Amino acid sequence: MGISSFKGFRRENGRVGIRNYVVILPVDDISNAACEAVASNIKGTLALPHAYGRLQFGEDLELFFRTMIGTGANPNVAACVVIGIEPGWTQRIVDGIAKTGKPVTGFSIERHGDIKTIAAASVKAKEYVHWASELQREDCGIDELYISVKCGESDTTTGLASCPAVGNVIDKTVARGSTASFGETSELTGGEHIVKSKAATPEIAEAFMKVWSSYSDMIFKEKTDDLSESQPTKGNIRGGLTTIEEKALGNIEKLGKKTKFVGVLKPAEAPSGKGLWFMDTSSAAAEAVTLWAASGAVVHLFPTGQGNVVGNPIEPVIKLSANPVTCSTMSEHIDLDVSAILRGDMSVDQAGENLLEIMLRTCNGRLTAAEVLGHREFVLTKLYRSA
Amino acid sequence: MKEFLMHDDQDGVGVAVVDIKAGQEVQGAALHGHAAPRVKALMEIPLGHKIALRDFQPGDTIIKYGCDIGKVVAPIKTGEHVHVHNLKTKRW
Repeated sequence: MGISSFKGFRRENGRVGIRNYVVILPVDDISNAACEAVASNIKGTLALPHAYGRLQFGEDLELFFRTMIGTGANPNVAACVVIGIEPGWTQRIVDGIAKTGKPVTGFSIERHGDIKTIAAASVKAKEYVHWASELQREDCGIDELYISVKCGESDTTTGLASCPAVGNVIDKTVARGSTASFGETSELTGGEHIVKSKAATPEIAEAFMKVWSSYSDMIFKEKTDDLSESQPTKGNIRGGLTTIEEKALGNIEKLGKKTKFVGVLKPAEAPSGKGLWFMDTSSAAAEAVTLWAASGAVVHLFPTGQGNVVGNPIEPVIKLSANPVTCSTMSEHIDLDVSAILRGDMSVDQAGENLLEIMLRTCNGRLTAAEVLGHREFVLTKLYRSA
Repeated sequence: MKEFLMHDDQDGVGVAVVDIKAGQEVQGAALHGHAAPRVKALMEIPLGHKIALRDFQPGDTIIKYGCDIGKVVAPIKTGEHVHVHNLKTKRW
C-alpha cells in the first residue's frame, strides 16, 4: 500500500475531519426556513433541512437527538449554529455538540420571530465562517479515519466486483488502525449466518443476531407480500438480482475477507474504539449514510450497480461501479470504474488499491461526484409515529 | 473473453458479463474455484442476469456464491434465463 497519510482537519477533541463545514442545523421541521435564510445570507454555510423534530418520544426521540447531536459533532463540521422553535430542545442539541469542544450556538424562534432570529444567527454564522476559513489541514494518519460502507441500486456486478473492492479496502485500512462500519440490517437476510461468523467473539455474534432478528420480526409483522420490488428493489431486479438472499450475499462482500467486526452499534451511535463495527441501519441509502455521518464517519464508500446517485451534506460519498453500462451512461456519478474486473483485466486487489487512492485523494480535498453534483440527502430515520 | 462468471464451483447459475444472444455458445469461469463450463444460451441473457448451468425442477434450490439464493418455481433448462419468473426467495 503506497499512500498512508492525508491532510485533514484535526478537531478540538482530537478527531479528524476531511471537510470544514459551518452547519446551520434546524432542531425541527418548522425551523428549516430560518436555517435556509441564514445559509442564504452567509456564504460558506450549509443548512440541513429535515422533516422531523416535533412530538417524537421514547426510543425514536433518543435516535432523533443522537442523530442531530452527532451530525453537529461530526469532525467534518468546524462549527455549528442550531435553530429551533423553542429553547429547550435547542439547548439540549447545543450542549451535546459542545462536548466536542467545537464552537456551537443555539437560537430559538418563539418570542423573537423568524426575522430577528435569522439576523442574530447570521451574525454568529458569519463569525464562524471567518474563523473556520483560517483553519489549516494537517498531516493525519489512515488510523485516524472513520469510514462507512454501504451499496445501493445493487445488481449482480456489485457482488462480483465493486463490493469485493470495498471489502479489500476494509481489510487494508482496518489492519492499519482505521475505524469502519457496515450495516443495512434487513439486507443481510440470506447471508446473516456469514455475518455472524465474522464477529470477533461469540457475544458479538449473538448481539448481531439479536438485532437482525428484531428487524426481521418487524418486516414479518408489516409485510403484505414477498417484498419483491421493495427489497430487492425494482432497480435491483432490472439489474439481474432476483432474491434478497442473492442481494445479501453480494452486499456482505464489503466486509472483507479477513476482518472480524468488534461490536454492534445502535443507529447513529459512535463506535467506542477502532476496528470494523456493525450498525443497525435502514438499507435505504440516504437514511443509512445520514446515520453513519451522525455516528462520526467522515468518508463513505458506495458501490453501485444500476447507478444510485445518493450523496450526503457532510460526509463525502465515493461511488464505484463495475457495471460497464452504468459507468458509460452515468459517468458523471461514478468516482471509480472497476468494470475491468468483469473482463478479467483487473484483480480485486488492484481495484482495492485504486479505491484506497481515490479515498485518500478525497480525504485531501478532492470533491466526489456526488458533492460536485450537489447531492446533499439528509434523511432522518424515524422509528414510529409521533405522540 | 468469458461471457459469464460464477462465484463458486458449486453455483448452478452464472452471471452474464456481456449481453448474451439466444443460441450463442458461451464460456464461463469461476472466481473462486476451477469450474469452466460451456453452455448454449437458449434465450437472450442481458448483462448482469443469470444463465442456468443445469436443469432445475420446481422445488429445487439454486446455489450462487456457494449458498442458497432461493427456490425454483417453474422448470428451468440449461441455458435459460433465471430470474423472478422462475426463482423466488425462501425468506419473505
